[in-house]
Amino acid sequence: MEKNQKESLLKTPTGINGLDEITNGGFPKGRPVLICGSAGCGKTLFAAQFLVRGITDYNEPGVFMSFEESESDLTQNFKSLGFDFEKLQAEKKLHIDHVRIERSEIEETGEYDLEGLFIRLNYAIDSIGAKRVVLDTIESLFSGIENTTILRSEIRRLFGWLKEKGVTAIITGERGENSLTRQGLEEYVSDCVILLDFRVIEQIATRRLRVVKYRGSTHGTNEYPFLIDEYGISVLPVTSLKLDYKSPTEIITTGLPALDQAFSECGIYRASSILITGNAGTSKTILAAHFAWSSCERKERTLYFSFEESPDQLVRNMATIGIDFEKVIQSKLLHIHASRPSLQGLEMHLMTLNRLLAEIKPRTVIIDPISSLISIGNNSEVRAMLIRLMDTLKINQINALFTSLTHEGHSENNFSILDAVSSLADTWINLKNEERNNERVRSLLIVKSRGMGHSNNQQHFTITGKGIHFTSPNKK
Amino acid sequence: MPKQEIWELRLYIAGQTTNSILALENITKYCNQYLEGRYVIEVIDLLKNPQLAEGDQIFAIPTLVRKVPEPLRKIIGDLSNEEKVLVGLNIRPIAL
Repeated sequence: MEKNQKESLLKTPTGINGLDEITNGGFPKGRPVLICGSAGCGKTLFAAQFLVRGITDYNEPGVFMSFEESESDLTQNFKSLGFDFEKLQAEKKLHIDHVRIERSEIEETGEYDLEGLFIRLNYAIDSIGAKRVVLDTIESLFSGIENTTILRSEIRRLFGWLKEKGVTAIITGERGENSLTRQGLEEYVSDCVILLDFRVIEQIATRRLRVVKYRGSTHGTNEYPFLIDEYGISVLPVTSLKLDYKSPTEIITTGLPALDQAFSECGIYRASSILITGNAGTSKTILAAHFAWSSCERKERTLYFSFEESPDQLVRNMATIGIDFEKVIQSKLLHIHASRPSLQGLEMHLMTLNRLLAEIKPRTVIIDPISSLISIGNNSEVRAMLIRLMDTLKINQINALFTSLTHEGHSENNFSILDAVSSLADTWINLKNEERNNERVRSLLIVKSRGMGHSNNQQHFTITGKGIHFTSPNKK
Repeated sequence: MPKQEIWELRLYIAGQTTNSILALENITKYCNQYLEGRYVIEVIDLLKNPQLAEGDQIFAIPTLVRKVPEPLRKIIGDLSNEEKVLVGLNIRPIAL
């Protein structure tokens, strides 16, 4: 019976990317949800996105009752996120009501109630047939109304009324010192409580979300990183993906026919991941470029994340070894995305990647080097992100190649990250530079390759005007 | 002697509740006493005209709004405290 009740709880999609996964389908339909967090944590945006996506994606009109920002401020602020409040209002899908209480012009004498607020809200809901309501931030009433006894009982009545009205409501609340909200709103809203948090760790801002409480529903209990970008809020449920992706048996080239010969299947599996490690100057990027080029030659879209070189520099440098990236960029087969790793937090990089995956739909993704990302987070975060990243690529059946810079004499940090990546990668190739007879000798060793035999020999190569050239014959 | 202004007051109610009836009684009494012949009270029932609540920023019921003379003033509650209402509206006894 307990179980049946759980399943019968109807959900309203939140409109926040990733949050429906954590909450098993969304917010409790027809009930109030409390979103709390300190100033600047994204409460208002959260609420606005809930309304706007409700309208655009689920055709559920919404009422925004703002106790702080004026209608024009809200409209202005969310324009940059592509939320067109004016248009939605004109279409009678959105109703914004700014409740402005000027304490200086108000006197209180005798008994009263907040029926005026109820009437306004009721009118707003009925005028557009709203299914969603936002009250942002109702706590502001406490600074405008002297009689807190009346206020508290009226707020309690309001939340009950919202339930009766059958609208799914978001109530925002400022984080208190010893309680979730300053005025203890959590006492009145007990169905679903979500806490947003904003902190700075090692100079990098990180936002987290946690479902504190969700009556009658299972939910993820972790703290989930979320981010705010030009598309609004996205939550990253790191642990939600499962190991159930398909594994194709098709073989593709590494971009170097001679290297393909070193694998028993004469190439690598499609949608597998390759890790290329090596010290500085061991031609990791060149190997990556060969792989990217082979993908373009198959007329498959390729996405190249460059964390060290600008697209221009990469194009110029690869041209010197006979790889004409310019041509494939123009034919839109290759897309180079360059950014400084430290410019954004890890989550932001992952989101950018996810978005580009959705936009460009590449069959091959290069991340050069993945070790740069590692410098911007702590180990457990990086590991979680890498897992998420690799899973995303696998699920989308994308060929992946990561390069990773290693240092002479393994440092401790180096090791753990290398462990993380190498255990996740399907194929691991290590590149080396050695000095022999006053000469630099480049070599390549396949450390592992899942699901196929491979050469155990160190293979020597040189860099020529046509790229990597193997000097010793490859054996299987 | 300056031309005397007509006071424009608006009382927002939501149905004939005890508080609302009391508020109307009270304000009528004060006005007759201090502003005789110089006031207008408009009673707005939000149950009949809910769309009017937003314009005057009404959230509490009953609310008395002084539209004229400016600046706008609001008194919420049943107006039972005469002193507070007179101060709030800035009404001075006509005799003075």
